[in-house]
Amino acid sequence: MFDNVKIVYHQGKQFITDTANAKVPGIFRGRPVISFEKVNEAELVDLCPVDAISGNPVSIDLGKCTFCGECAKQFPNKIRFTTDYKISTNDRNRLIVKEGDEEPIEVDPEKVRNEIRRIFGRSLKLRQVSAGGDNSCEMELNAANNVQFDISRYGIDFVASPRHADGIVITGPITENMAEPLQICYDAIPEPKIIVLVGTDAISGGIHVGSSALDRSFLDKYPIDLYIPGNPAHPLTIVNGLLDLTRKRKI
Amino acid sequence: MIYTTIINNQTISISDIPEMNYNEFIDLNTGFLTNSPEKHCVNYFGYPVSNQIRLICCIADDNTHQIYLSSCFVKSGDQLDSFTARNFNFEKFEREIHENFGVDYNDHPWLKPVRYAKNRFDPSQTIANYPFFSIESDELHEVGVGPIHAGIIEPGHFRFICNGEQILHLEIQLGYQHRGIEQQFLAKKKLLQRTTIAESIAGDTVVGHTTAFSHVWESLCGFQPSHDMEYARTLALELERMAVHTGDLSAVCTDIAYQLGSAVFGRLRTPIINFMQEWGGNRLSKGLIRPGRNQFPFTPELAQRLAGILDVYEPDFLEMNEQLFQLPSALSRFERTGVVSYEDVLSIGTVGMAARMSGLSRDIRQSHPFGLYPEMNHEPIIKHHGDVYSRVQIRKAEVKQSMQYIRNLIQNVPESSENEPVFQSPKPNSFTLSLVEGWRGEICHCAITDEQGELAHYKVKDPSFHNWLALALAVRNNEISDFPICNKSFNLSYSGHDL
Ligand code: SF4
Repeated sequence: MFDNVKIVYHQGKQFITDTANAKVPGIFRGRPVISFEKVNEAELVDLCPVDAISGNPVSIDLGKCTFCGECAKQFPNKIRFTTDYKISTNDRNRLIVKEGDEEPIEVDPEKVRNEIRRIFGRSLKLRQVSAGGDNSCEMELNAANNVQFDISRYGIDFVASPRHADGIVITGPITENMAEPLQICYDAIPEPKIIVLVGTDAISGGIHVGSSALDRSFLDKYPIDLYIPGNPAHPLTIVNGLLDLTRKRKI
Repeated sequence: MIYTTIINNQTISISDIPEMNYNEFIDLNTGFLTNSPEKHCVNYFGYPVSNQIRLICCIADDNTHQIYLSSCFVKSGDQLDSFTARNFNFEKFEREIHENFGVDYNDHPWLKPVRYAKNRFDPSQTIANYPFFSIESDELHEVGVGPIHAGIIEPGHFRFICNGEQILHLEIQLGYQHRGIEQQFLAKKKLLQRTTIAESIAGDTVVGHTTAFSHVWESLCGFQPSHDMEYARTLALELERMAVHTGDLSAVCTDIAYQLGSAVFGRLRTPIINFMQEWGGNRLSKGLIRPGRNQFPFTPELAQRLAGILDVYEPDFLEMNEQLFQLPSALSRFERTGVVSYEDVLSIGTVGMAARMSGLSRDIRQSHPFGLYPEMNHEPIIKHHGDVYSRVQIRKAEVKQSMQYIRNLIQNVPESSENEPVFQSPKPNSFTLSLVEGWRGEICHCAITDEQGELAHYKVKDPSFHNWLALALAVRNNEISDFPICNKSFNLSYSGHDL
């Protein structure tokens, strides 16, 4: 008994009190900032492994970016990654960061479907489906629920049955072999329901674009309610994204 | 008998791998393994050469640090005697050759699809019509789980045949995560793309797989990695091992409903992965390891930070372990649960922790050392009972061992060689094999180049490829409620298996 108390005492206070303003340690590749510096654009565009960079004006699509950091390493005066982890949005276009863009990436309240904030504002149960995920986003989703990030304190939980869920969280580029199970799972969730894509692989296919072993047709059928980018997505990106989607928060 | 011998990370001309007829081939390779626990098959695969299939078999000898290579040409539709009927090490490899190329075996005991690759030979075999083993009986019932499991984990389908609560047989059907990784290595031509693919083979083994790819590429290009590169890789591998083992101790506690252990080990994993982010900008080390480069040079300041983190981590880790290992309710769930015998792990060729749990010493860090391991005189942690308890103890002991290695390593931080790599292009018509001991066990990457020096074939083997069968054997005669801790104590990779 006494030993247990000691362990709990040593455990200390772990949870992050303010998940919206916590600082991540050390270097981190979050939201990029692109300067107006003149560089060889063709070379910059060409070095990206996933065609996330476009020229004229230079932009980075965070839905495609694997956050490898290579562009910032080769062109440090042009591209810099900030530690801003709040990069989730419901607007696919907002994931494209252009030259000179400094403003944060946000959930557009206008585009949030009405029922989401009304019904899921205090309680959101999600079913996660790993569809070709490499287990990195899956681990970070689990971490979002550990003693630090503790997403369940906000009434957001991951559940075992789609029948109990209000939505589906997809990770991975969606393999052909997972296309049908994903559809069955989605169909089993009662209306109204949301779809959240976590990680670059889910949002665009990531490095797997062009592989014939994928079947991403599921994504053409339904509107996506939230994109949570990252490779993998950081737990703070996940927590903030889901909160911004489901509730009005004071800034 | 003709074969050639290489050591880990050596590139040879593909024509140096002797060809023989199938009878010699099967005698040689199964003969290697007869009564020789120090030898096992690290890779056995086929690749198309004009309208034939060239099979290449790679047998590692842990005593001599050598790898024996031999090859044989066959055709799809050929009816062959299986290696498997003589030695079970080859079971999965031959199923894969059968699935990909339509090579048939007369006497393979379990000739079923492995992962439903897109380019499988027989397109009528789909994941929906997998031929499950079944038993007709009024007493028995089947339990099917998945592909989507209850928690946030990757998909796979498990079919249990049970007598009441008791599991008689478990069949594990995988393939749901197949993304065509090996084909993508060929289709994507840029080195950074290929490195990124290696990073996404298994998100919990980023350092392991990327190190194996880097070694293959550097060897193919005749590039000698500098000391600081190998330093960074070795250090990162040990940190990855610490982080995952700590996380898995948490998960095992969760599965026996031991809240305190689950919370404390879960919290202790965080400083380690957060340190990876401080070092390379990513908690799971993506972006850290690059062929020919020391991408994020390790500095004395980082060493100091890490020493501080370990000083705080260690007493809490030891305290929690002490409590866990004296808790009767935990021990009663761990001890004699999910046992796999020495004979079984040897016969099915398990690697890494899943071999060491039953007294079989398999550890590439010792047997085929790479990176800085040759100087470290690594001694594998060996347990003997093959149960959940052994696997949990190995995790605890390996965390302590890794911590010691890390402490030693950070005493002497090498100067970084910050120059850009001057890569020759890969040597034409060559073969390279790289073995890396990841936290889960032995990772093997093989590459073959064509006349132009372009990749003609890339073959990846994750340790899970061998070890899933060990899980199926572990749960036999256990209660179905013990399946979760058995599963967690192995923590095998779905995406690494399915590729
Ligand atoms: S960080 Fe993103 S945009 Fe930059 S090179 Fe890597 S993948 Fe491309």
